[in-house]
Amino acid sequence: MTPEGTPFLPRGVRLHFDTVRDNWVLLAPERAIRLDPIGHAILSRVDGKTTLAAIAADLSATFEAPLEDVTRDSTEFLQELANRRFLEVT
Amino acid sequence: MQVQPPIAMLAELTHRCPLSCPYCSNPVELTARERELSTDDWRSVFGQAAAMGVLQLHISGGEPASRRDLTELVRAAREAGLYTNLITSGIGLTEKRLAELDEAGLDHVQLSLQGTDAAMADRIGGYKGGYDRKMTVAKWIGAIGFPLTLNFVMHRGNMHQLSRAIEMAQEMGARRIEVATVQFHGWAMQNRGALMPTREQATEANRTVAEARARLKGTLVIDYVPADYHADYPKPCMGGWASTGINVAPDGLVLPCHAAQTITGLEFDNVRDRPLADIWQNGSAFNAYRGTDWMQEPCRSCERKTIDFGGCRCQAMAIAGDPTATDPVCIKAPAHAKIRDLAADFSGQDEAALTWRVMDKTPG
Repeated sequence: MTPEGTPFLPRGVRLHFDTVRDNWVLLAPERAIRLDPIGHAILSRVDGKTTLAAIAADLSATFEAPLEDVTRDSTEFLQELANRRFLEVT
Repeated sequence: MQVQPPIAMLAELTHRCPLSCPYCSNPVELTARERELSTDDWRSVFGQAAAMGVLQLHISGGEPASRRDLTELVRAAREAGLYTNLITSGIGLTEKRLAELDEAGLDHVQLSLQGTDAAMADRIGGYKGGYDRKMTVAKWIGAIGFPLTLNFVMHRGNMHQLSRAIEMAQEMGARRIEVATVQFHGWAMQNRGALMPTREQATEANRTVAEARARLKGTLVIDYVPADYHADYPKPCMGGWASTGINVAPDGLVLPCHAAQTITGLEFDNVRDRPLADIWQNGSAFNAYRGTDWMQEPCRSCERKTIDFGGCRCQAMAIAGDPTATDPVCIKAPAHAKIRDLAADFSGQDEAALTWRVMDKTPG
C-alpha cells in the first residue's frame, strides 16, 4: 500500500447503510464489518480513481488533521482490508 | 434481556441434493419437496429478515440449485437489501443459469469440495462425474467474475489432501477457502468410525493451515474449523446461541442452528404461523440458551464463558446427554474424558464402512 496506489473495492464488497443499527457497514463475502465514522470517511472516498495520497489529503483538509497522521492511519486501515481480500490496489 | 437482531440468515431452500455426502449437515429426517416453502413464502421471509436487521443471506440446502426458482429468490433477496451468498456443490448450475444469477445480483459463491481428485470427490459425494462437473462450474464462476470461496470438508479419509485443496483454491482464483473438519451431528454421527480424524491428522492440519496462512497473507484468506474432538476448548458455536444467526429450514421451521432439532424438548416455530422477528425475540427455542443464565458449572464461573459460550449445545446433548452441559470438547467439562475416548476409538476404526445420506422417495 503506497501513496501512489489507487485502492478499490473488488466485486462482492460494498458499502451498505444498516438502517436497523443506524451505521455504515462493509459487506463482503461472509462478513459484515461495522464501520466507525473514520472508516466510513476513508472508504467513501475509495472509488477506484483516487490515489491513496489524494484520499489522505482530502481527509486531512476535511477533518483539519495532520496529513502525516491521516496518511498513516488510512494506510493501516486499508492495508488490513487488503490482507483480508476486501480491498485491492492498482 | 435486550435482544440484538441477527446479522446472518441461513436459508435452507430444500433438502433435495444430487450428492449424498455421509456427513451431510441436514437432519436425518429430511423434508420432502411437497412441504417446502413457496417462492412467495421465501420472498416474505427475506423481506422480514432485512427489516429486522439481517445483512447476510446464505442460500443453502441441500443443493439450492435444485430449486427451479433459485434466480427469482436471489433477485428477491437482493431487492430486500440482503447480501446474497450461494452455497452450492455446483451440480445443477449451468453456464446460462449462472449468467441469470449474475443478472439477478448474486454477490458471492461458496463452492463445496469433497476431495481434490475425481476418485475421492465422487466417492464421498456418491455421485459419479460430480468432480469433473464441479471443475467446469468453477471455470464458469471465474469467467463471470463472482467472488469465490472454496469449501473443503475434511475428515480422516481426505485430510491428506488439504495442501492440494489450498492450491486448488488459488488456481481457481478464490479469495477465500474454508477448511472445515466434519462436525459430528446428523448424518455424520452415523459415520464417526469412518470419518473421525486421528489426533496426528488434526495436529498436521493445524500446522498446514498456520503455514499457509502466513505464506498466503493478502492472497488467500483461510477460515478454519479444526477437529474439535481433539481440541482443548470448544468452538464458539453460532457466536453464542441466538445472538447473530438465524436458520430457516425448507418447511419454514425457524432454528437457532442447523442441528438444533437434535435437542429434544425444544419447540420450534414456523414462519408460516408467526412473524420472523417475534420468533427471534420471543420464540422458546431461541430463548432456551440465549445469554449465559442457562449455564451450569464449570461454565457459569468460567472466564471463557463469553468467548466460547459453553460451546455447542447439540454436542452437549449428543455426548453428555444434557443440552445445558458444558460442551464435552472443553478440557474442564465433566464429560471431556468421554469425548477423548470416543475420538481415539472412532479414529482407529479403519474397517468402518461409510453410510451415505439417503432421501426417502415416498412423499412425507
